[in-house]
Amino acid sequence: MLCRRWIPWFSLQALMAGALCAQQGYNPADIQSGKQLYGVNCSNCHGSKGDFVSGVDLGHGTFRRASTDNELVAIMMQGILGTPMPPANLSDQQAHQIVAYLRSLAASDTSANKADLAHGKSLFESKGCLSCHRVQDHGSRVGPDLTSIGARRKPAEIERSIVDPNAEVLPENRYVRAITRDGATISGRVLNEDTYSLQIIDSREKLVSLQKADLRQFEYLKNSPMPSFRDKLSADELSDLVGYLVSLKGI
Amino acid sequence: MIRPTFALLLAAVSLPAQVSFDRLLHAGDSPQDWLNYSGGFLSQRYSGLSQITPDNVKNLEQKWVFQARSLEKFEATSLVADGVMYTVQAPNDIVALDAATGRIFWIYSYSPAPQARLCCGRVNRGLAILGDTLFMGTIDAHIVAVDAKNGQLLWNTPVANPEAGYAITHAPLVVKDKVIVGTAGGEYGIRGFLAAYDVHTGKEVWRFYNIPGPGEPGHETWAGDSWKHGGASVWMTGSYDPQSNLTYWGIGNPGPDWNADLRKGDNLYTDCVVALDADTGKIKWHFQFTPHDDFDYDSVQVPVLADMEWKGARRRVLLWANRNGFYYVLDRATGEFLQGKPFAKVTWATGLDEKGRPMRAANMVPTPDGKLIYPGNQGATNWYSPSYSPHTGLFYIPTWDNYYSVYKKENVEFAEGRLFTGPLPASPVPLIRPPQIVNRNEEDGYGAIRAIDPKTGDRKWEYKMTDVTDSGILTTASDVLFAGGREGYFMAMDARTGTLLWKAVVGGQVSAGPMSYSVGGKQFVAIAAGNSLFVYGLRQ
Repeated sequence: MLCRRWIPWFSLQALMAGALCAQQGYNPADIQSGKQLYGVNCSNCHGSKGDFVSGVDLGHGTFRRASTDNELVAIMMQGILGTPMPPANLSDQQAHQIVAYLRSLAASDTSANKADLAHGKSLFESKGCLSCHRVQDHGSRVGPDLTSIGARRKPAEIERSIVDPNAEVLPENRYVRAITRDGATISGRVLNEDTYSLQIIDSREKLVSLQKADLRQFEYLKNSPMPSFRDKLSADELSDLVGYLVSLKGI
Repeated sequence: MIRPTFALLLAAVSLPAQVSFDRLLHAGDSPQDWLNYSGGFLSQRYSGLSQITPDNVKNLEQKWVFQARSLEKFEATSLVADGVMYTVQAPNDIVALDAATGRIFWIYSYSPAPQARLCCGRVNRGLAILGDTLFMGTIDAHIVAVDAKNGQLLWNTPVANPEAGYAITHAPLVVKDKVIVGTAGGEYGIRGFLAAYDVHTGKEVWRFYNIPGPGEPGHETWAGDSWKHGGASVWMTGSYDPQSNLTYWGIGNPGPDWNADLRKGDNLYTDCVVALDADTGKIKWHFQFTPHDDFDYDSVQVPVLADMEWKGARRRVLLWANRNGFYYVLDRATGEFLQGKPFAKVTWATGLDEKGRPMRAANMVPTPDGKLIYPGNQGATNWYSPSYSPHTGLFYIPTWDNYYSVYKKENVEFAEGRLFTGPLPASPVPLIRPPQIVNRNEEDGYGAIRAIDPKTGDRKWEYKMTDVTDSGILTTASDVLFAGGREGYFMAMDARTGTLLWKAVVGGQVSAGPMSYSVGGKQFVAIAAGNSLFVYGLRQ
């Protein structure tokens, strides 16, 4: 049942991505060439997914200093003074091919979803998700904020997190339980860690910095605190919920 | 009759040259100075100073900070001569400061050509000094000589073409009347080389190509024309043994980095240490750590020279913890392999044979779909300076363990001046400029300082860190070890045990090696972190 709805959805994504790129004058050959050029010229610093540089997410169309294709090309050709971004030795055509590739990545990620988003939103609110998660200014901060989850995670990954939360707990979503030297237990989601300390948001949404030397013990929870919704949602409900979450692209 | 003030002036003018070669040769006799990148020709990053001890190191306090006007990583190790510190503000500004207070005497600003291109940051790791002259390699592949007293340019020699990807990022090495540099650019398909320049004129005296040309021994280790753009860069400072007059340099990876099909053969002298006659540049011997490298395992580590008892006899050895995950001991007169064993998790090889050649593990190569291999692309260690303490007899290695990358292979075509690598391997550990947030499982990589007995390769102690480390290590005659890490701390520990004795927050990634000096009888320790240089001394 799920497959009947997902297969055309993905196909539609691909079609729309292709159509969008075609409207901008890019063809599959440009995109393919751009992918290779990106791998050789850009991925060393920006990473294979384009998200290595803080505040820049090339794979999702998030740029700090450019919006048009020509602006992107100019940055590639001229570099950015005062930053590690050097001028690349690319022809104008090659730079545009890289832009084509980046646009195709972003386009494949922004296609319309035929799921019933309103129903998905209603499910999200009625099934208790907001007791841990937050979307914009609603819900709890104890769990991961989902305001831009659709821009960060693929639909299949979101679905898996709903039906099998323990399948993959991302390092940034780990929970820790710590016991202080005076016996108090503190638990929360880990925000940052170094050799000597942990920064967490605890179960009361308080930002807490713990010195490891002050702890009797601490452990990362092996499983996610999130319950599975595998048997709590019908296939259609699951699809609508995933669709709603996929639609959350941030502010 | 000479008037008193004029006499004083004459006396000042007739002072001997600031840093003679003899002073460089006997750097250990004047531990108040730090006269080359690693603190001496043996490159042990060991200070003979002992005022700061395991007992009083807890009383260290910050004495001054120099905030560089640069957004680049501060990778330089400063020099100190006679109370004056010389350092580099990235990319290529030389700064002279009062080593006791941090006040600036002068700044020499060099403007690199906009054509300069670097894979991994517009950085510089430091200077060399001889007489009253400072030497700096530039990111657009020049070497410049600058007056140490007034910051005036004395000469400027182009070394290679920056548009083809050549650059210089390491601190030069002065030997006698020559200053030696090597070219970076191993990700741009260069043909790397080392070259020596006359310290007075800047004229090239000799050049050693790190990839042998037609008719030269080793040329046969390159298929077809692959030698022409096979990389073999140099981006860390070499060492010098006055007894043999050999200078030792680590050579970088072959190109393209992650597709070795295009360059069948061992690809000499990539991933080697080469021993060159310092007067002529002629090669005396080489040892290759990673023949036919698929993994970007540059062997640019600092060559550490030590003299020690070895199986009942005194032996002059070369200690080398390699990016490929193995620790080696070589005879530095001949290059003979004496010992080697892994110091971190390694899956690309099953071990070393009796001559030190790695025994490659089956199917552990980059593939179109990706292959998970330990150590990952940045290696089990990298350019971060190790330290050898003749006092403890231990060798200290900045280590990344549990660290892997997924290596993919794709077709790569060479085009001059463009990256010539293949797709960057993916890893949970960010490469060079990590985010300020660290949230990673230990099984996805962690950092450590490891102390090993160089005679056995056995680990004596380790100091684990949550994040990995790009920091060098300094040891002192009083058995204090200094190091930092990516987490923004600068730490002191007992070099004998690894016990943490003191730490300070420096608020940014440490991507440099610590050094120590003294002025007016007071010992200081300096470390660069983020964009700044921090100097510590004992509370009075």
